[in-house]
Amino acid sequence: MALRPDFEIISEWIAPGSRVLDLGCGDGALLAYLNATRGVSSYGLEIDGSNIIKCIEAGVNVIQTDLDAGLSDFDADSFDYVILSQTLQAVYYPDRLLDEMLRVGREGIVTFPNFGHWQNRVQIALGGHMPVSRNLPNEWYNTPNIHLCTLRDFEQLCAKNGISVLQRTVVDHAHRGGWGMRLFPNLLGEIALYRFQRRSDV
Amino acid sequence: MPNAIPADSVGLVVPQTLRFSEPLALDCGRTLAEYELVYETYGALNAARSNAILVCHALSGDHHAAGYHAPEDKKPGWWDSCIGPGKPFDTRRFFVVSLNNLGGCKGSTGPVSVNPATGKPYGPDFPIITVRDWVKSQARLGAALGITQWAAVIGGSLGGMQALQWAIDFPDGLRHAIAIAAAPKLSAQNIAFNEVARQAIMSDPDFHAGHYYEHNVVPRRGLMLARMLGHITYLSDDAMRAKFGRELREGKLSFGFDVEFQVESYLRYQGQSFVERFDANTYLLMTKVLDYFDPAADFNHDLSAALKAATARFFVIAFTSDWRFSPARSREIVRALLDNDHEVSYAEITSSEGHDAFLMPNAHYQTLLHTYLERVAREVGV
Repeated sequence: MALRPDFEIISEWIAPGSRVLDLGCGDGALLAYLNATRGVSSYGLEIDGSNIIKCIEAGVNVIQTDLDAGLSDFDADSFDYVILSQTLQAVYYPDRLLDEMLRVGREGIVTFPNFGHWQNRVQIALGGHMPVSRNLPNEWYNTPNIHLCTLRDFEQLCAKNGISVLQRTVVDHAHRGGWGMRLFPNLLGEIALYRFQRRSDV
Repeated sequence: MPNAIPADSVGLVVPQTLRFSEPLALDCGRTLAEYELVYETYGALNAARSNAILVCHALSGDHHAAGYHAPEDKKPGWWDSCIGPGKPFDTRRFFVVSLNNLGGCKGSTGPVSVNPATGKPYGPDFPIITVRDWVKSQARLGAALGITQWAAVIGGSLGGMQALQWAIDFPDGLRHAIAIAAAPKLSAQNIAFNEVARQAIMSDPDFHAGHYYEHNVVPRRGLMLARMLGHITYLSDDAMRAKFGRELREGKLSFGFDVEFQVESYLRYQGQSFVERFDANTYLLMTKVLDYFDPAADFNHDLSAALKAATARFFVIAFTSDWRFSPARSREIVRALLDNDHEVSYAEITSSEGHDAFLMPNAHYQTLLHTYLERVAREVGV
């Protein structure tokens, strides 16, 4: 199985032997990877039936569930990390889900396509149409991505909701970094990865 | 049986009987001095004795889960869709054991058996059994077959409850518990349906307080009504609409109380054929087993505490249109397992078939089971 490059970055953020919940775990590849490389104990949540089969094949614990229905099956503080990889933009209530992540987990990790990337800006500003790109391959009418945001949007939401960002990595489609992206992350970064926790004064 | 035995069938099978003379102390306080269990096996036990699967039956099931008893049998065993070479419980890799539970009417000791103390059938005097009693008797059957740890204990509905109880009572006795269309206990509504079924049987004039064997009669009408009622709860509204709609048998209304709608005809047929193959006292007993099932009761009604000592890995499956034991009930089980950090996977299968879906062929469902059992097979080295 080809490893998605963001898995490696996420894996580096995870302490060995910790407890991990992966929201929208897809085929279970990230969890299988974390189980193997970090010796974590983990569960994945996934809505799609064919992905459930793949998770079971991969030997990961998977619970078929709709993230928009919340994480009520999980007690507060039951995980070290709650991961939401490439899914934040596809849920109905991203703000509530972030809160839920920090209710059940000590830290949250999200990755999402940066809507502020210059190519998206050009397509809207000059083309006058919703961007279609490698990271956003769908048309506006059939995209699952209903809550796209930029790095700035995400960080503003964090600030507003008492979430402090612990770590941020911005990469291109091949998950490479670079000095340009470090200087102008919201313009040049295609994919954003964040690790965050509840601000201690909240 | 079809003209030729299908290649993926276990073929002709012969039920076997084991007699147990070590007394079995029951939850109700009484003791069965001796008893018999009837069972079938499919596939072969490996040298390491690690590949055994226990299949637990539901309310009206029995030991005949797969294959055919005789070439002229019209239907195979009740879970033939899942048991056989190449099927989810692949008999080329697993040794599958299926028994008729105590209190049953298909050969294991139950109300129709002769009570050694009186020389007459037990009838209503047969002790009320619990899921825990069953699991105890199943463990003894396993021991007699040389199995100290099941690769998996699997069941649907009441069968799933047995898988749960196994994980609680014998943590080391199984590697995997697969509970399908089950619930951690019955709801008031579930118990209410059971009570109507019991009343139907007990108010039949031919019931004779359960001693109908001596009168050479059977409480046919009562048992038939009980089954008709049960059957409604096994199907979904959608499944009934799709299957029968408001179709009329004669094509027009007859302005009478005879069978007019197809659904009436179907229910009556189901009820009547059930009477031919099932015992009313056993039916009463089975509904009580269901009503009493509540493993959390011994743990201050905390299901998480009840499952704390379990070490099995769990696979919980529910069906979207099942309103008898809805997905929400399965999620109660999942939640209790999550509370304990136990290994668990949960699948919610889209189906319009209602509670019955667990017995119906369904590609996604069977692939799920197959995939999970492949994992079990790899684990136990077969």
